Amino acid sequence: MSEGRGMRRPFGIETQPPEVSWDARVWSDLGTPPSDDHHRGGGDGGPERRDRLPIPNAQLGLWIFLGTVTMLFAGFTSAYLVRQAGPDWQPLPRPPILWVNTSALLASSVLLEIGRRRPLALRRWVLGATLLGVLFLFGQLLAWRALRAQGIYLPTNPHSSFFYILTGVHGAHVVGGVIALLSVLALAWRDGSGERVLRRLALCAVYWHFVGGLWLYLLVVLFVA
Amino acid sequence: MAIEPSVHAHEEPRSFWRRYIFSTDHKVIGIQYFLTAMGMALVGGILAMLIRLQLGWPEAKWPLLAKLFPRGMSGGVMNPDFYLALITMHGTLMIFFVISLGLVSGFGNYLLPLQIGARDMAFPFLNMLSYWTVVPACAIMLASFFVEGGAAASGWTAYPPLSAVEQAVPGSGLGQTLWILGMALFIASFTMGGLNFVTTILNERTRGMSMMRLPLFIWTLLIASILGLLAFPPLTAAAILLLFDRHGGTSFFLPSGLYFGERVLPHSGGSPLLWQHLFWFLGHPEVYVLILPALGVALDLLPPFTRKPIFGYRLTVYSLFAIGVLSMIVWGHHMFVSGMNPYVGEFFAIGTLAITIPSAIIGFNLIASLWGARLQLRTPALFALGSIAFFGTGGLGGIFLGNATSDIQLHDTYFVVGHFHFMIGGVTLLALFGGTYYWFPKMFGRMMNERLGKIHFWLTFVAFYAVFLTQHFLGLGGMPRRYYAFSKFEFLAPIRDLNAFVSVAAFVLGVAQLIFLVNFFWSLFRGARAEENPWRATTLEWVAPTPPPHGNWGETLSEVHRWPYDYSVPGAPEDFTPQTVPPSVVEVTR
Repeated sequence: MSEGRGMRRPFGIETQPPEVSWDARVWSDLGTPPSDDHHRGGGDGGPERRDRLPIPNAQLGLWIFLGTVTMLFAGFTSAYLVRQAGPDWQPLPRPPILWVNTSALLASSVLLEIGRRRPLALRRWVLGATLLGVLFLFGQLLAWRALRAQGIYLPTNPHSSFFYILTGVHGAHVVGGVIALLSVLALAWRDGSGERVLRRLALCAVYWHFVGGLWLYLLVVLFVA
Repeated sequence: MAIEPSVHAHEEPRSFWRRYIFSTDHKVIGIQYFLTAMGMALVGGILAMLIRLQLGWPEAKWPLLAKLFPRGMSGGVMNPDFYLALITMHGTLMIFFVISLGLVSGFGNYLLPLQIGARDMAFPFLNMLSYWTVVPACAIMLASFFVEGGAAASGWTAYPPLSAVEQAVPGSGLGQTLWILGMALFIASFTMGGLNFVTTILNERTRGMSMMRLPLFIWTLLIASILGLLAFPPLTAAAILLLFDRHGGTSFFLPSGLYFGERVLPHSGGSPLLWQHLFWFLGHPEVYVLILPALGVALDLLPPFTRKPIFGYRLTVYSLFAIGVLSMIVWGHHMFVSGMNPYVGEFFAIGTLAITIPSAIIGFNLIASLWGARLQLRTPALFALGSIAFFGTGGLGGIFLGNATSDIQLHDTYFVVGHFHFMIGGVTLLALFGGTYYWFPKMFGRMMNERLGKIHFWLTFVAFYAVFLTQHFLGLGGMPRRYYAFSKFEFLAPIRDLNAFVSVAAFVLGVAQLIFLVNFFWSLFRGARAEENPWRATTLEWVAPTPPPHGNWGETLSEVHRWPYDYSVPGAPEDFTPQTVPPSVVEVTR
């Protein structure tokens, strides 16, 4: 309703900061992070907005989200350690296929990094990384099947319960990562490998490496510690 | 590419659905949260009234209620399972779906961008998603009353085995599953909201709005959001494990040797205490998630009505940080009676006593802000003062409960109920009301009725003390928590009348809230038109038009030149100097 009207302030002061307009971050929060303004030197607040962190919103949000995921698994870990001290704990045989899965997930992270550094061949590398991620998920299912074949089910003993649940929750996070990678791929197929694709890919990469690191951590918790 | 700043964003979405229902505007979302919380408060309040009806007159028959609740009150007498469901859902709804939604998400969403001079939250779409995740959560919680066996009955703390064994009590069946599902959605929503809050506060401040120029309410939101983000995920982990105990046959929280009917349950080796630890690792920070923003509202409501700056801004900020850190390591004081190692208990007791120091500093700053004030006792000011009184009273009881030695005596009595309600029921509720009276003119462009507001305050304030201070003494007299009726205990015969008194006071408290509802909706349509800055306050939201348009700030963003509490600055033309006034007009001190 006050389109174009200068702000009425008390004291009758009309301040005239430089003309600014604001970009819509309405349809996709991740699509146009305010870092645009930041680097463009204009836009919403522009260069004079000195009171902010040197990190774009999307990245900051992602890091905070990873903090919550870390706390989620910290909760699982503390439950695991307490339960491990119980009287009925029986160590689980490690399904050998886990090594294959682990290698697939780590290789996937490597492919992603190569892809980010080669914008021209980006789609191929990212596709490879995504497929390896899917392979990891498939391998995890095979690990479950191998255990089931040995008669080890979810309620069999606390270690097996934790194995199924932790791999399941981790797998759900990997599925999220795969979906994110697929959305970047879709964007890359439509838009080529412009700045927007690279920016989104950078966010995906942070998440993807986190999920990979998380898997290594879970391996240690489940079978080494 | 989306690098071009879009011009359309300035325009409000035109369709009704995009404007009022699936809106990404933080103000609409804030009001949506607020109204949702109000609806849930109505339900939670009715549950409280039913609880008091039972505790005040345990043997009485209520034929009318038998018609309303054919299962829970069959024959007009409340059955014990229904009572358990009532206290469980009263706690759950009030804590998570009223105070969290109204105070943190409601006021938070509405005020955050306005007070820091932003156009919206950092992630508007995520913000909408967070609201529309909590709506099904509310629906699921409410629906759980109507399923087979009724709502969850294991307390808002959901202790196993009641919560983990489906056949334990009727509410342990589908009701408990729905409870877990509702909480999962709530946590998902809160995580989205908290993430948005932190990012917005850190990254969306306008020019000149340094961290040390933030209104204290924003500081409390920041600390509360961080606490929530750190504390909720471990509860999520625990809830996942609980679900598998219930439906997957695992034994995380269930020990061996549990019998139900003639049958031994197959579980073995689990530990119910493990749940308690994981729960309270959330549960304790959660109370700070609620009370810190309440204190923030009280801190921000004082200056406009004392016409002087808040006392000890920096120290308050540091104290908030100290509370934030300490609150993560004191959860064990909820478990002193669980048979923990006395040395561990000592650790938690010392931590708890340590947290009273920053809390007392904030309390002192609140009181010191009144020193030399030209106090204007408008309704928001009354509520702010009331919440300080509750904070003091509740805090005093907290000292006894934080110490293992005295807590072991008091833990399972009404002393805890009284203390808890002063802090999480009282301080937060008064802040919620005070904030509503204060920001209503900005939200809706009309003033709330002052006379009704004052009646609402005094009835609430006096009745609240009558209910919950009395409960402290009931607790000292040995009245245990969680009991369905006290008529069977000889030693509790002397306090029976006192219980009836508490119930009557509780009904007064309940009826007083109807005055608020009437005032709210009457003022919405018939209230006096509000000026842009009716309280002559300094913070940024009062510089925006009333009610603020989509995008908040017209063509240009405000620039901030000073801290938010420049009241009665010597030499200034007015006794309040808004944050946007440049140094050329009034000298900047901080």
